[in-house]
Amino acid sequence: MDKKTKLVPLLISYGKLRFKQLGTEMKKNRSAYLLIAPYCILFLMFYLIPVCISIGLGFTNFNVLEPPKFVGLQNYIDLFFADDIFLKAVKNTFVFAVITGPVGYFMALFIAWMINDIKNQKLRAFMTLLFYAPTISGQAYIIWKFIFSSDIYGIANGWLMRLGAISQPILYFEDAAYCTPISIIVILWMSMGTGFLSFIAGLQNVDRSLYEAGYMDGVKNRFQELWYITLPAMKEQLMFGAVMTVTSSFAIHDQLAALAGFPSVKYCVHTVVSHLVDYGTVRFEMGYASAIATLLFIVMLGCNKLIQNVLGKVGR
Amino acid sequence: MAIPFLRHHKRKQASRSAAGNTVSFLFLTVLGIFMALPIVLSVSNSLKPLEELFVFPPKFLVRNPTFDNFRDLFNLMSESWVPFTRYMFNTVFVTVVGTFGHVMVASMCAFALAKKKFPGAKLIFGIILAALMFSVQVTAIPNYLIMSGLGWLDTYLALVVPAMAKPLGLFLMKQFMEQIPDALLEAARIDGATEFQVFYKIAIPQVVPALLTLIIFCFQDLWNMQGATYIYSEELKTLPYALGQISAAGISRSGVTAAVTVIMMLVPIILFVACQSNIVETMASSGIKD
Repeated sequence: MDKKTKLVPLLISYGKLRFKQLGTEMKKNRSAYLLIAPYCILFLMFYLIPVCISIGLGFTNFNVLEPPKFVGLQNYIDLFFADDIFLKAVKNTFVFAVITGPVGYFMALFIAWMINDIKNQKLRAFMTLLFYAPTISGQAYIIWKFIFSSDIYGIANGWLMRLGAISQPILYFEDAAYCTPISIIVILWMSMGTGFLSFIAGLQNVDRSLYEAGYMDGVKNRFQELWYITLPAMKEQLMFGAVMTVTSSFAIHDQLAALAGFPSVKYCVHTVVSHLVDYGTVRFEMGYASAIATLLFIVMLGCNKLIQNVLGKVGR
Repeated sequence: MAIPFLRHHKRKQASRSAAGNTVSFLFLTVLGIFMALPIVLSVSNSLKPLEELFVFPPKFLVRNPTFDNFRDLFNLMSESWVPFTRYMFNTVFVTVVGTFGHVMVASMCAFALAKKKFPGAKLIFGIILAALMFSVQVTAIPNYLIMSGLGWLDTYLALVVPAMAKPLGLFLMKQFMEQIPDALLEAARIDGATEFQVFYKIAIPQVVPALLTLIIFCFQDLWNMQGATYIYSEELKTLPYALGQISAAGISRSGVTAAVTVIMMLVPIILFVACQSNIVETMASSGIKD
């Protein structure tokens, strides 16, 4: 009893002290808060608040016209127990993410590394452009629709028929056996994106003297150099590339919708984001769409955490 | 950190054979051709007369190149109610202002988050990073409501201002700022530089490659932005929107659509080449880190 009465004022004064410390700490860093203020205010208004509203809408029934009605976890229950197409979309998304994510990431890193070794500067810039061009060209992916067009004027069908390999044009985007592999090719074709460019910039940023020091310390070949010197020196870029890969490979939708139609035949390339767009912009069931977005968000955060742990081991 | 006289020396190469060099170059070339072929095909298609687009067997490269598709596109544009140049101006304006604003605001914040240890820095960065992963399709509705609350609907502000706060740019800049040696900044502070001067005169020159990369990302994003959700006056609409309307008319416009694709990709590619050669030059002249 006695102890308790003493403890409370002690805690209060400790709290006051901490608060004061925090205050002086914050005052000392006034310039830092001024530097972050413009971005943070805009971010709060146009990113953070909308995200919070969306997470909240996930617990409601909201058709955009009438005010949202609170339904608790109903949307989430429906997703898992009453929506077969969602489960199919989850499966498709995982197939795409598991294949194109890691392959795209390591390809981007490997190619950036090889390009960085080219001595001729013009050639190096040209090679970078070559690999980045599919990403920078806006909607150039539409050309794949011409290549794999289902009539005889498409490149693939036309050539196969001329070679006599097939007698009827193949309906590439109406058959899951073709649709999925073609989609993977197109996604990989576009995977030299933000991560790739940051690798290129990061590689150029590595302090050259580190290499000299490395050779004195007994680095023997190019791969040791990569593992012990280059990669640890560009950890920040590796992290950036990884997060961007997670974000983009779980959000695959636009290219596939343009190529395979939306929704695709028998939902063969229907992804979680396709499902979300379907409910959000076609059926106007914003509550349901928000619940899908929230689930996807949680999965991505988990994936991100996992990758952070793995990347911590680089260079050990 | 570096020993100055070593800086201009050629980097010592690890033992590697000429054969290894050739193999890796061959690999890059083959893969590069795979990457480039669809782009070449896009350009080639835009130069094909309509009858060549529907020919069996299909030809990869154009036989009788013509600018008909571009001329048709130009004619269609000049028929539109709002002059073509207006769409062009809108897109250029939004892209330039948005890119400039984003690069400024994001690098300032990134500098503070990376190089100043203040209460809340980690938390703020964590939240921004997480927001990167939330599907934008869903936040469109709350965003629309916020825009309408601010009275920004149907103004340039609705396109430009949110683009300045994109999490991607902040993340990129923060990662690069992290690599700046603290000693460099400390030296400037001791010399009496204000925090903004340290940022502007010391930190920024150290991250030029990242800055140019961010300009590319931001530019291509805004350049391709349709923005039709927030804009309903025709005279404020962007070029991608107008071009999209034209090519949406279906198969008879296949040639025009190909021309649209080429026009839209041309400008970002030119900017990319300019930025990339600048990155190389900066590297060559300064050897970025000391």
